[in-house]
Amino acid sequence: MSGTGAPIATGRVLLSGTGRGPLLRLQAPISFWGGVDAATGAVCDPRHPDHGRSLTGSVAWIESTIGSSSSSSVLLELLRLGLGPAALLLGRADPILSLGAVVAVELGYAGIPVVELPAGVPARVPDGTLVEVGSDGALHLVIAGA
Amino acid sequence: MRIVTEAARLLGADRLIRVRSAHIDGCLYHGDGGVEFAERLVQEGGKVKVPTTLNVGALDLLHPGRVRGDAHRLEMSRRLMDAYLALGCSPTWTCAPYQSGHRPAVGEQVAWGESNAVAFANSVLGARTNRYGDFLDIACALVGRAPHVGLHLDRARHATVVVDTSGLSERLRDLDAFYPVLGSWLGRAVGDRVAVIDGLPLGTSEDRLKALGAAAASTGAVALFHVAGVTPEAPTLEAALGGRPPAEVIPLTPADVRATLATLSTSSDGAIEAVALGSPHFSRDEFRRLHGLARGRTFFVPFYVCTGREVLEAVAAEGLVDDLEAAGVTVVADTCVIVAPILPRDGGTLMTNSGKFAHYTPGTTGYGVVYGSLEECVESGAAGRVVRLPDTWS
Repeated sequence: MSGTGAPIATGRVLLSGTGRGPLLRLQAPISFWGGVDAATGAVCDPRHPDHGRSLTGSVAWIESTIGSSSSSSVLLELLRLGLGPAALLLGRADPILSLGAVVAVELGYAGIPVVELPAGVPARVPDGTLVEVGSDGALHLVIAGA
Repeated sequence: MRIVTEAARLLGADRLIRVRSAHIDGCLYHGDGGVEFAERLVQEGGKVKVPTTLNVGALDLLHPGRVRGDAHRLEMSRRLMDAYLALGCSPTWTCAPYQSGHRPAVGEQVAWGESNAVAFANSVLGARTNRYGDFLDIACALVGRAPHVGLHLDRARHATVVVDTSGLSERLRDLDAFYPVLGSWLGRAVGDRVAVIDGLPLGTSEDRLKALGAAAASTGAVALFHVAGVTPEAPTLEAALGGRPPAEVIPLTPADVRATLATLSTSSDGAIEAVALGSPHFSRDEFRRLHGLARGRTFFVPFYVCTGREVLEAVAAEGLVDDLEAAGVTVVADTCVIVAPILPRDGGTLMTNSGKFAHYTPGTTGYGVVYGSLEECVESGAAGRVVRLPDTWS
């Protein structure tokens, strides 16, 4: 069994829940519509520095969201297909993206936690590290075998 | 109502306010989840409480066969569009509702979706909306209310950033092809902050402001921008700032323009496999200008013009469509080439004068993109390769 260490950071809970997965910090703002493939969960915008990386199962840290108001539909579809991120950490509450997770729960798909974590919170943790978002909005390291 | 109150909680809104109209983007197919959501609302007897127009769907209902795709996708796209009609929305199928009769008044509280339409409604019409995404847009329309937060309030509508364009030549500032570049730059420069742009020609047209807003809402999250002396809430620079000093003044330099211009193209100037115009949807004026430029020309590559059915009907009555189709133009209504599979399957390079098409084409269609002026798009469409007109960017 693996436990979790002291919280690395704590944010404001937008949608409560727990989510565990490798940390994926997006290096630039993104629009889920036009930026993330709704059928695979991969970043599909060739101009984006994270082009090709997959958000599926990750704890995705997105400091700012831009672009399309249809991003909520892309997140809903990913959650329906089970290809969504395990949790969303947003630099600022985004009513567009978050609604995708709200509606997922309404329709009985697996929802995910969405936490507002101030942009620039120093990520003392490299990408790929296994982390968990708690229902209290805290981000913990997952320590294997602890 | 649950969704609207949930969103209100998310946004920290103290209460809900009445809205006078809505514009919905959720009618565009992205997957079966959206259809399930809309059909659930229909089963629950949902009916919009305010006049509600619809953004593009994933089908061109006027030109069956224009959109490719497997049977399942075509069927679900249609079911989604039908569900929103059953909820009482009007079948406008356009991302430029403001050029199809839906023009809220200055100060009018509305709940609009689709990033370009939000920027236009706020900035050019002076109406008041936030960026309402899919699901929240229809939820607000069904209850006739929206969270009392953000751009519904005076204090959030004042500019905090001044963009000074006086460092650019008068000629460049009076060029149609400048406005998508200005918008693309603005989105990256300000993110979601409210800017007032100073130094643009006083007669700046609605189509230029449309192009500016659409590009800014693609590279950034711009929901409102002011243009001093042009837009309704900016008769003067000071008025746009609400009488307060700006937090930041950003001079827009020729170097910024060149750098942004370069980001709009992902392919170098060479052969092109398609031209696409009309994101946001083409207006009557844009059709007339294209008609003038296309006189006596023949296009050797697929040349798409995307527009709304109301504008299409009007320009068809003027005889423009027959001439353009004779020149080789393919008119697309109710949808567009980056939200539905219309472009030739084998891919290649697409040329456009739209900042929004330039931004989204690579990620949504797999085509490389080249940005140019309307004149350059016409010359290039006739030549089958990019033709640059020397005096465009001086």
